[in-house]
Formats: sequence, structure tokens, C-alpha cells
Amino acid sequence: MEPLLEIKDLKVRFHTEDGIVNAVNGISYSLEGGGILGVVGESGCGKSVHALSMMRLIQIPPGNIESGQVLFDGRDLIKLSEAEMRQVRGRDIAMVFQDPMTSLNPVYTVGFQICEALMLHKGLDKNQAKERAGELLTLVGIPGAKQRLDDYPHQFSGGMRQRAMIAMALSCEPRLLIADEPTTALDVTIQAQIVDLVRRLQEELGMAVMWITHDLGVVAELAHKINVMYAGYIIERGDVWDIYKRTRHPYTLGLLGSLPRLDEPPGTKLVSIPGLPPDLLALPKGCPFAARCIYRIEQCLRENPPLVEADGKDHIVACWRWEHIAGRVS
Amino acid sequence: MDAKDKILVQVHNLKKYFPITQGNLLQRHVGDIKAVDDVSFDIYQGETLGLVGETGSGKTTVGRTMLRLYEPTAGQINFGDTDLTALQGNELRRIRARMQMIFQDPYASLNPRMTVGSILSSPLEVHGVWKGNQKRDRVDELLRIVGLNPDFVNRYPHEFSGGQRQRICIARALALNPDLVVCDEPISSLDVSIQAQVVNLLDELQDKLGLTYLFIAHDLSMVRHISDRMAVMYLGKIVELADRDEIYLHSLHPYTQALMSAVPVPDPDIAKARKRIILQGDIPSPANPPIGCNFNTRCPVVRENCYKDDPAYRKIINKHWVACHYAEDYL
Repeated sequence: MEPLLEIKDLKVRFHTEDGIVNAVNGISYSLEGGGILGVVGESGCGKSVHALSMMRLIQIPPGNIESGQVLFDGRDLIKLSEAEMRQVRGRDIAMVFQDPMTSLNPVYTVGFQICEALMLHKGLDKNQAKERAGELLTLVGIPGAKQRLDDYPHQFSGGMRQRAMIAMALSCEPRLLIADEPTTALDVTIQAQIVDLVRRLQEELGMAVMWITHDLGVVAELAHKINVMYAGYIIERGDVWDIYKRTRHPYTLGLLGSLPRLDEPPGTKLVSIPGLPPDLLALPKGCPFAARCIYRIEQCLRENPPLVEADGKDHIVACWRWEHIAGRVS
Repeated sequence: MDAKDKILVQVHNLKKYFPITQGNLLQRHVGDIKAVDDVSFDIYQGETLGLVGETGSGKTTVGRTMLRLYEPTAGQINFGDTDLTALQGNELRRIRARMQMIFQDPYASLNPRMTVGSILSSPLEVHGVWKGNQKRDRVDELLRIVGLNPDFVNRYPHEFSGGQRQRICIARALALNPDLVVCDEPISSLDVSIQAQVVNLLDELQDKLGLTYLFIAHDLSMVRHISDRMAVMYLGKIVELADRDEIYLHSLHPYTQALMSAVPVPDPDIAKARKRIILQGDIPSPANPPIGCNFNTRCPVVRENCYKDDPAYRKIINKHWVACHYAEDYL
């Protein structure tokens, strides 16, 4: 089957006064229609920048897509004109951002903001759009949806705003929904509601979802596949079970070790990763994780490891010593 | 464990209401936001008491009111043998040296125009304990305790990363050898791998210096990791308090149960097998809490009585406190 989204060797840099920021350093992967991909990493690992670049939403300059292809349904999004791209955004690929407080326009009603996309992409008239907007708000579980269309964003709570954002993103039945840390600003009980909602809608509507997060917990129950990113590289990619249970990269292992688990036995110590992520202005020559890695050998400082197949073709890892680590994990 | 039987802080029926006013010139008092509404708990010497709750549950207000950063509306706070609510002026200032706070945002809680050295020596100057060389040695020692290079004394906060800044905040809190440190979401603004570094540091310092922590956070798994006992807050009240394992394995309040089940577990097998309780709706406004049990708008097992009577916060079994009419049913 032809993948819905295929990214090939995407490189994104920002040319700033301080120098060149190597935000995304040649990543490649594909996403099947109807799949849920979790993109995991810490601040500055390039997880959001790669998604924004894909949607051509980074500011150019200082940003620049240096090379690569983003094939959506066989079309290279990087080569599209701005007018063609506007047709894709919202209709084919929709995005939900982290902060529902700042991504809704405070001076327009929630209803108007949902209707806008429907009128633009679906060619509905005002009344039809309003009707549909009401249905969408009901779909995402906002009580008394029809009455709330005339409310302004400040009259909604945080969780409701994020639901409204999701309703807006779903309005044109996109084939890919990119959710960029959609629950980070929300409380756990509200987070559980949103995760549940996205999973249900994904099953009903059959769209693909890219869930970008720093939280390995959330994607464990949601995603089918996981990309772990570090310093602008994908350093491990595989099925969700492989990533958690047959971890092959020391960074992924470190991330899992730094997370306390609710079901941990008493007296468990957190295994923290020493040091800090590398400076994206001056990436080291070898493996970007080498400076913090406890499995480091001399080769790691000299050469950046390529992505290789670890336990079969679906589980890939960028580490010189993955076999050694494999022996220790399982 | 002997020391842990000694009570360091006793909070009795603490209330903190923030007035809601209307009008410009004559500010009429039209209501109250009941941020903390009749909360009682003890903190034992040398333990970590975790305080969890969602946004607006009043957990931060409890921490601040306990240190008298806010004036309590009612209630009593005993610190050792002293009633903090009765102290004023110099007496209060002197006792404050024994209780310190670490704030959530290490970017906002350090003065950008002061060097690390002056940030760490100002508590020493205010309380006039250390002088001259002694002061410099103490700053050196503090930096070393929190794992920073003592050569950094002349640097400014912007030269440090988030995790390092939080270490500076911890060093500042420890400057006067406090007994109690209130940690208000000290790791929420940090990256996962850095969070573990800071939590491990707090853990080590507690062992080394015999500190007592009130650890406030919304991240349940982290609170469970670091705490000896945990208290869960909802809408200004403590709904449940027990040992960390007891509250995880045998929670007796429906809110705690829902909260525990909502926490994501980084393990796909467990995540799939687990039954989740998904609460409907949002936390109500503390200006206008529901009548009866304040959880009745979202409770999955609500009964008629819950709309009439406010459940008493009571000891159900040994060291396990719950505020639910039907807590005994879960035993």
C-alpha cells in the first residue's frame, strides 16, 4: 500500500544572528493512512519544527527547508505554491496546537472560527456551516453545542477550547491530523478525555494521526508507531511495543528510566540522563547523544551512526552499540 | 523512622478566601473564591508529603498560606511549637528562615540582574548569620551541594539552562538550613530527562540534610515517586490522604480513583489492559462550588445524599483520611 505521508531526508535550518541552528537534520519516514504515529522528544529535538516545516508554516527567513521531500499522497508539499498549499492546510492536513488559549482568536466567536474553514474549503453557505459547526461541537463532546457557537473563546474552559480546536481541525475531514502537544497544557483528567476523544474519532473517521509529545506515557496507549527524536535526528523508530519493551537506543532507554511510574515498587530510583542536549548551533561530529551516553565508545565520538534495522525491518535505530544494549534489555 | 513520628507542621481547619469585589470606587464585597476551604493535615519531621490536584484545586494556595505568604482567612498553622498565625514582624521573619520555598518557574523566580553569588548570599545577609569570608564559603558550599561548579558565582541566571536554574533556586532555599521546604511544582517546566536529575537531587538532599518537604505537583506519578504520604485536593478541600502505596492500591475516594486511572503509564501492555475511569466535564468554579459534596458534578458513582450533605473529612482506617460519604463501601 502506498503510504499517505512519506518524508525523505528533510533538513531544516534557521539562519540566525548567532549562527546556523540545525533544527532538523535529514529525517525520513512514512505514515500509512489510518495509522497513529507518536513523535517523542524533548524541547529542541525538532519534533514540532519538522511538523511545521511539513505544513510550510515556519517563517522563511530565518528558517529554510534546505533539502528533502514531503510526499503527501504522492505530491511533494515542499514544491507546491503558496495558493496550492493553502488548499492542503485545513482540508487534507489539519493541525491542533499545544496552547488552546493562544491558538483561538479572542475577538471572534468559536462558531465563526469553525464556520470559516467550512465555508472556505467545503463551499458551504453560512447556515449550512453553522449547522455543521454545531454537529462538530457535539461530536467532540461540548454540552449544549448549538448555544455555545456564539460564545467567545474566553467563555470556554481550557479543555473545552482544546475540544473546539479539535472540532475545527476535523471540520473538513482531513486525512491527517497533526496534534502538537495537544494535552500538555491540560490537567490529567482532561487529558484522558482528549486522548479518548482522538482515539474514538480516529477509529470512526479513519484518518491518520501524528501525535507530537514529550510524554512517553500518553503515546504508549495511543500510538501504533513511534519516532524518537534527538537533536534533529530520528534515533529510534518502531512499533509501540518494540520501543517500550525492546528498546535499542540508550537515549530512549534513558527517557523511560527518567519517568516515574505509578505502578513502580517502593524505593525505585530514577535513572536520570546526565548532562544537557547538545547545542544545535554546533552539533558534535559524532553521535549527537555521545556526550551523555553511558555506553559510549571511541567510535561514537568520531562517526554519527546511521539508522539500521535492529530486530527486523520495522524497528530501526541509530546507535553503534544497539546489539550490546539489546543484550542488556531483554 | 523514629524521627518521622514527630510532627513538624500541624495545619488545622485552614481557610483562605479571596474576596470578589464589584465597583470601582466603593469596592463592594460580593462573594468569595474559596481557594482553600477547611483543610487539616500534619507533616512529620523528615517526610515528604505530596500534594496533588488539578488546576484551581488550591494546592499552591495551601503551600503559600502555610508559609504566611498569604494571610489565612481562618485556621491554625503550628510550626513546631509556634502558632504561625499569631506571629508578626520580626518574630515572623525569624521563623521564616526555617521554612523555604522552591517555585515552579526557574526563569521567573531568579532576578536576572543579580549574579548567582548575590542571589545566594542575600538570604545570608537578610538574616545576618554569616559574614565576610564565611559568607563566601557558604555560597561555595551551597553550589557544590546542588551539583553546580562553585566557579559559577559571578554568572547571571540567563547563562544557565532550566535545570541548572532550578538547582540555583534549590541552593537559595537551602541557604539558611531550613527545616521545611515547600516545593511548588519544581519540575513541571523542565524536560523529562532533566526532571529526573532534579528529583534525584531533592531526594539526596533530604537524606543528607534531614529536610522535610511539602511537594506540590499535578504529576501524580512523580508525586508518588517522591512522597511518603500523599494528599489529593479537589476544589479547595483535601479529599483523601494516605501513605503513597495505600492511596495508589486502595484509594477510597472516587476522584482519586479516577485521577489514578487517568495517569498515562509508559507501558503499552498495561496501558491497553487497564480500565480507565474518564470523568466528564471540568472542575467547577471555586467562586460557586456545588452544594453538598463538591465533587458531585463529576462523580461517576454519585448518589442522592451527595447533593445535600457535605461529606466529613474523617479517618477511615489507620492513617487513611477520606472525605466521601461512601468511602467505607470501598474497603
